[in-house]
Amino acid sequence: MTNTLVILTRDLTKSYGSVAAVRGLNLSVEPNRITAFLGQNGAGKSTTIKMLLGMIQPSCGEGTVLGKRITDAEENCEMRRKVAYVAENKPLYSYMTVEQTVGFASSFYSDWRTDVASKLLNEYKLPRERKVKSLSKGMRTKLALLLAFARRPELLILDEPSEGLDPVGIEHLLQMLVTQAAEGVSIFFSSHQIAEVERVADHVCILDDGRLLMNASLDHLRQSYRRIDLVFSIPAPEWEFRMTGVEKIRTNGYEMSVFASMNADAVVERARDLNVVSVEVAPVGLRDVFLETVKEN
Amino acid sequence: MFFKLTPTTGQPLYLQLMQQIRHATETGALQDGDQLPGIRTLAEELVVSPNTVAKAYSELEHDGILELRQGSGAFVTVKRRTRSLTDHVQVARRRLRDLIERLRVEGLLDEEIKRAFEAELLYPAEIVTER
Repeated sequence: MTNTLVILTRDLTKSYGSVAAVRGLNLSVEPNRITAFLGQNGAGKSTTIKMLLGMIQPSCGEGTVLGKRITDAEENCEMRRKVAYVAENKPLYSYMTVEQTVGFASSFYSDWRTDVASKLLNEYKLPRERKVKSLSKGMRTKLALLLAFARRPELLILDEPSEGLDPVGIEHLLQMLVTQAAEGVSIFFSSHQIAEVERVADHVCILDDGRLLMNASLDHLRQSYRRIDLVFSIPAPEWEFRMTGVEKIRTNGYEMSVFASMNADAVVERARDLNVVSVEVAPVGLRDVFLETVKEN
Repeated sequence: MFFKLTPTTGQPLYLQLMQQIRHATETGALQDGDQLPGIRTLAEELVVSPNTVAKAYSELEHDGILELRQGSGAFVTVKRRTRSLTDHVQVARRRLRDLIERLRVEGLLDEEIKRAFEAELLYPAEIVTER
């Protein structure tokens, strides 16, 4: 295992006419980790992923995936052999049956694992003889995931993999991600399922309006992010709390709520110096971190 | 062993796992020589990143509570010292019970006591020592 970043971009930008979908993105993704890529609809996640895979050309900036330059056709080809990708819209040939699709895909990859493919066909209960066009949305997703999981890639890139899956399907997907990670596959996936991301991911990147707002480990988020609710005997002295780590302050008369990305202890100390009446410190879940970060932007 | 990791408690998952394993050795649920599942098996069971389990195991090995043997998994190594920790916990619990009782007598509601405890626990240890 090398420690080279699996994904690295510098000032990566994509504009459609006067609209910038991705703006000066500096993204770095470490190997042997599960990294989640969060953002609202239209934040630029899929555009970023497509640029990484060489499916669309950046307007400017550059990047490497597994050390290969994304804008170099030859290097891109080498990279694609080591990357498994599941697209957002799960494109499959609708006239093929499930079995034909699996057979067709297997012929392209030297790293294909027949045992994993048949195991997943059974676990997903996919009807082998049924044509793709008559599969439900969830089944299409499962088939697309199967095609990625049945390989032995170095990097797995999944764009909204849980879309259309029921809770059982999502649980199975997460277990597959864990299994892949345990086999040494680096994983980069976009998702709206914050509760699931929070369980399984090591690292989280938050994209909003084409810009990267956060690239942090979940351990760090859990340890550092706090909401501190304070009550004073005087009108809440908001100006006293403009310090490092304080991301947002809301006041309401004598009450004040501080959202801190670090230094919660310093906030509490300051409050005590100001003879605070009540202090409550609470951890902040990924959902709140996401919402506050995106709102702030 | 049953482990339960809560993603939203403001504590890294590997620390939660470490504490639960440590606690199990203190209560005797895990005994000297017991084998824990491999990193991959436990990660799949808990549906957490394998790095979470790997980090917890390696920290516990560093603390002398686990012994990791290449290819055959993780084994519990409980020394006498940890046994006496069990007694410490028992004593601490009695003291806490007394304290809570006193606070109740002084008129504090359970909810207020709970909030006060939680606030103090989230307070970093080094500042407590400074005070």
